[in-house]
Amino acid sequence: MSTLSTASTESTKNKLTLGRLQLALRTPSADTVSRIARALMLPLIGLLVFLFAWHIAARNIDTSLGQFPGPAQVYEQTFGLIADHNRERGREAAFMERQEKRNAAILAKDPGAEVRMRDYTGKPTFIDQIGTSLITVLAGFALATLIAIPLGILIGLNGTLYAALNPLIQLFKPVSPLAWLPLVTMVVSALYVSDEPMFAKSFITSLITVSLCSLWPTLINTAVGVSSISQDLKNVSKVLRLPFMTHVIKIAIPASIPAMFTGLRLSLGIAWMVLIAAEMLAQNPGLGKFVWDEFQNGSSDSLGRIMVAVLVIGIIGFMLDRAMQLLQSRISWDKNAVVR
Amino acid sequence: MTHLELTGVAIDFPTSRGPFRALDGVNLKINQGEFVSLIGHSGCGKSTVLNLVAGLYEATEGGVVLEGKEVREPGPERAVVFQNHSLLPWLSAYENVELAVKQVFRNTKSRAEMKEWIEHNLELVHMSHALHKRPDEISGGMKQRVGIARALAMQPKILLMDEPFGALDALTRAHLQDSLMEIQARLNNTVIMITHDVDEAVLLSDRIVMMTNGPAATVGEILDIDLERPRNRIELADDVRYNHYRHEVLSFLYEKQHKPVEGDSQSAAPAQKAAKTAADAPQLAQDMHIVKSTPGETTASTAA
Ligand SMILES: Nc1ncnc2c1ncn2[C@@H]1O[C@H](COP(=O)(O)OP(=O)(O)OP(=O)(O)O)[C@@H](O)[C@H]1O
Ligand SMILES: [Mg+2]
Repeated sequence: MSTLSTASTESTKNKLTLGRLQLALRTPSADTVSRIARALMLPLIGLLVFLFAWHIAARNIDTSLGQFPGPAQVYEQTFGLIADHNRERGREAAFMERQEKRNAAILAKDPGAEVRMRDYTGKPTFIDQIGTSLITVLAGFALATLIAIPLGILIGLNGTLYAALNPLIQLFKPVSPLAWLPLVTMVVSALYVSDEPMFAKSFITSLITVSLCSLWPTLINTAVGVSSISQDLKNVSKVLRLPFMTHVIKIAIPASIPAMFTGLRLSLGIAWMVLIAAEMLAQNPGLGKFVWDEFQNGSSDSLGRIMVAVLVIGIIGFMLDRAMQLLQSRISWDKNAVVR
Repeated sequence: MTHLELTGVAIDFPTSRGPFRALDGVNLKINQGEFVSLIGHSGCGKSTVLNLVAGLYEATEGGVVLEGKEVREPGPERAVVFQNHSLLPWLSAYENVELAVKQVFRNTKSRAEMKEWIEHNLELVHMSHALHKRPDEISGGMKQRVGIARALAMQPKILLMDEPFGALDALTRAHLQDSLMEIQARLNNTVIMITHDVDEAVLLSDRIVMMTNGPAATVGEILDIDLERPRNRIELADDVRYNHYRHEVLSFLYEKQHKPVEGDSQSAAPAQKAAKTAADAPQLAQDMHIVKSTPGETTASTAA
């Protein structure tokens, strides 16, 4: 009897030390290992299945431009496009160097001569187009945000304004970018005239189209966020007689941050989609134009290149959303809120 | 000297079934430094009275006069401690009080004085150890204390409290009641407090205002609590006068005013009200068990 009990205490003690040891070393338990495996394995399996299905499907689709590109061709084209870019950059560097040499020579002969540096006017590469699109989308989104957030706050705070503007918002919200584009193009051509334009007209057109289409979710979400601030907090503000700006800064904005970010993320997603479409349609520089040009080009590489563009558009869209999410978790006062 | 006066106050709330008269003919005079409790069944209109004094609601008939001036809008001289603390969740305890202090004393206190004043008020409610914690990082009782500190820091002419301790456990509540008595004794604030707790009302008040059931609720009876201060809850537990006052309140609530049947008061927020009423019921039932010897018990138990 007594031995038995000793043995059992002994084993309990062992278990206890073991438990403590585990805690101290933070040895991952079988449970966490399997959780990590699930978190990594399942998406990986999904990806592999997708690549395989794509591969099989691509082999069975014949188009007038040749076979539909499979994963292998896309992989190839990616490097092709990067190589193109590097080649073009090399040419540009060489062009600049030649110019400099020539100018130096002219100056050596006649120090008073006026020399000019001309810009290199090669065809923009895929990478250049990515840059253009990114800058345009960010500028358009920034403009939309600058309009939507203040307006959203005003509408959210003021019931009369809300009632007055709501029909307009509902009317313009579902308008497709393709409908705006001709109007914007014409208006920009008519109004944006200057001898030495700071921005290209095409840039302004894309930017405005993007803004017009993407400002609605931010506007609506901000307005809803601000108007649904709890009555108690509004009462606190009333009892303190907070001035308008203090109320906005201390109460309205923090209270509506989550809703605002929901809107901002929707807006950014829309902005990116709208931009690609607008670039295709208006032949404004950017990824959309790249896709369209390749389509018109119709070489055997075209479909592969378009597929690369499609993937890049997806990845950039994803990364933009991730960036907003990161920003949200940085700015949000509620660190416990789950950001999805 | 009359500090605050409500004369013939009536209020109609617009509802889908036409105007709903929540209060009718409410008359009340409160003196400087007086501690008054409002007690009555759920939904009778206690919060409405408080909101009228705060200026958050406007009376349909009659009016509220504070120090000879009619109350027309909310203002910091009538500080409110809200039932659910109403702290800004994105500001720390210190910043919550700071928001009020900056607003009230922006022309009269220097930066350093404000800081000292904020810290002093948080000290009063024993919150100095958690100045920089946000509301979601402190307990319910602590939040309520910060809410009280915020109201006190406004140096109001009158302090309005809507069930300030309603959501707290009995121990925390007792603790905060003691703090409140101590602070009120020191600062001599005028206080109107809504409560569902008969003990709380008797312990803290100079007068208890008992309200009749709505609709068209009004002041039913006013009970003067003639117990010397400072009051000690343990000593008072055996005090004959104390138990007499409790009995008075209980008999008003359970004999003269039957608990209304849910649903017949045109509740504006039925779900919330119902949930709240359900939560209040055990509280009142608890009160009943303590006064075993009172004759009101039989009726009361059936009512509860
Ligand atoms: N904004 C409003 N609109 C319409 N009716 C209202 C409004 N506020 C209150 N009421 C009604 O007025 C009556 C009194 O409400 P009040 O909130 O003052 O009750 P109360 O005594 O504070 O109740 P409780 O003890 O549950 O807090 C209720 O019948 C309620 O439905
Ligand atoms: Mg109430």
